[in-house]
Amino acid sequence: MLLKQGLEVSLTVNKKRPVNLDIGTFRLPITAYVSILHRVSGVALLAVTGLLLWMLDVSLSSAEGFASIGAGLANPWLQLLLWGMLAAVAYHLVAGIRHMIMDFGVGESLEGGVLGARLVLVAAGLLILLTGVWIWL
Amino acid sequence: MAVTNVTSFGRSGLADWLVQRISGVIITIYLVFIVAYLIAHPGLTHGEWVELHRCFWVRLLSVMTILSFAAHAWIGMWAVLTDYVTVRLLGPKATALRIFLQFGVIAVIITYVGWAVDILWGI
Repeated sequence: MLLKQGLEVSLTVNKKRPVNLDIGTFRLPITAYVSILHRVSGVALLAVTGLLLWMLDVSLSSAEGFASIGAGLANPWLQLLLWGMLAAVAYHLVAGIRHMIMDFGVGESLEGGVLGARLVLVAAGLLILLTGVWIWL
Repeated sequence: MAVTNVTSFGRSGLADWLVQRISGVIITIYLVFIVAYLIAHPGLTHGEWVELHRCFWVRLLSVMTILSFAAHAWIGMWAVLTDYVTVRLLGPKATALRIFLQFGVIAVIITYVGWAVDILWGI
């Protein structure tokens, strides 16, 4: 039995090389979630930028276009969409600032990294809340 | 020996690292400016909005921002695609798929830059 297993392992060893860091099997720390969200928001911003460019185009093209963007932003669903778009901008911005602070050697320890990640979530949450206040109040 | 890759932006990790930061700062300056302007002008009219974008300095900042976006998105998407669309995670067809996606991203970015320049000089 053991011999048979060993033989199979030796036959398949070149196809199934062990992976050093299989992150799929890890319970991820807060720093990982903050990093993944930075990536997810960044990918989303590729599409968001297209929508913002379209809004800029229409709003500048004519007085009617400007008024139509204004009217669109009075629609609750479009307000929600705008909030989501600006939330991606806000989160990505805050996480990016953290990157630059870490470039100066601040918050690079394990404890510092966790604290920095928590501060990113708090600061981004506040900024997203303020964006909501800006849209709805 | 530096790790290079034909689809990366600056052909070196150090160059991409620096470009990513400079472009991030320029985009941040634009965001702070445009949000501050919009907050300061709650009853904004079409005339004022057009006037703002005809100003030389606003145009300059806008062009610098869209060019920064181009570099920033290219570098960022390259990092994401080379991390997840890999042979190890998706199998042997991953390389062709990744190059296809990278070309798609580059096409979108170039379209945005052309569009932004067209918007700014069309008013």
